[in-house]
Amino acid sequence: MEETNKNKNKYSIIIPTYNERLNIALIVYLIFKHLRDVDFEIIVVDDGSPDGTQEVVKQLQQLYGEDRILLRPRPKKLGLGTAYIHGLKHASGSFVVIMDADLSHHPKYLPSFIKKQLETGASIVTGTRYVRSGGVHGWNLMRKLTSRGANVLAQTLLWPGVSDLTGSFRLYKKSVLEDVISSCVSKGYVFQMEMIVRACRKGYHIEEVPITFVDRVFGSSKLGGSEIVEYLKGLLYLLITT
Amino acid sequence: MKHVVKILTLLVAITALWFGLLQTSVIPRSHTWLLPIYFIVSLGCYGLLMVGIGLMYFPTCPQEALLLQQDIKEAKEYLERKGIDVSE
Repeated sequence: MEETNKNKNKYSIIIPTYNERLNIALIVYLIFKHLRDVDFEIIVVDDGSPDGTQEVVKQLQQLYGEDRILLRPRPKKLGLGTAYIHGLKHASGSFVVIMDADLSHHPKYLPSFIKKQLETGASIVTGTRYVRSGGVHGWNLMRKLTSRGANVLAQTLLWPGVSDLTGSFRLYKKSVLEDVISSCVSKGYVFQMEMIVRACRKGYHIEEVPITFVDRVFGSSKLGGSEIVEYLKGLLYLLITT
Repeated sequence: MKHVVKILTLLVAITALWFGLLQTSVIPRSHTWLLPIYFIVSLGCYGLLMVGIGLMYFPTCPQEALLLQQDIKEAKEYLERKGIDVSE
């Protein structure tokens, strides 16, 4: 904990939500549990969830303070990329963490992201599932096969320099995220791939930390034919534009 | 330089090498003609091998799912005490 005591940086954690009333409460608790000596704020970008996510966030604000949890809702579902841009506008930290609200990204890894950034001075620290001490839980063979196939294809064609392209648990220097995000146009998980490939081409220093990924919602990451087509189109797009 | 240009350059270089071999006949022509097929086949083998290795050594973490369940229980208990609505 020596590093974190000396650490004077502020971290803005942007969490886009849609119908995550239970998960957002759990993740906020876990973030506060695992980031004790760090200055941070949580920015919840809720896309007009009908299940009362925003009411829960307001309760959490009462408990943890409105300066620690910021609710920055949008009227309707407007997509992941613009959710980050929206959250970024309200971020006061010098570093920004983006993570999913569904607990597939566990806040216990946040200290290792911060530590890695402090040690290396990297512009981006990205979580990788495909290394030793990383891992995935809850995927069937088909899901693993498509994931490996997609990864080999992307590694062979794009030479991105990172092992997990579609993971979305990442820490960015705020200025770097602002720079990279403005040039990204893709949607879904091609968006995550575009972010990291463009950052790599721009010559930003990228480091990796192992994370585990627990897929709790059965079938949430099921890949259909249309997703595979979207992925291939995304790959081709990145091949000719980066 | 766009990435596709790098890959095309690489392909052009390989094709040039192949033409060179065809012209100079260092190795028998019948073999040289087959080289592009070998190249494509080995590329395919490489892809299959990498996917296979990736699948064999796919890192899984069943214990993490259990730990997460404990964390969720702990968080729910705490938040309930503090009056946060954590009903499903």
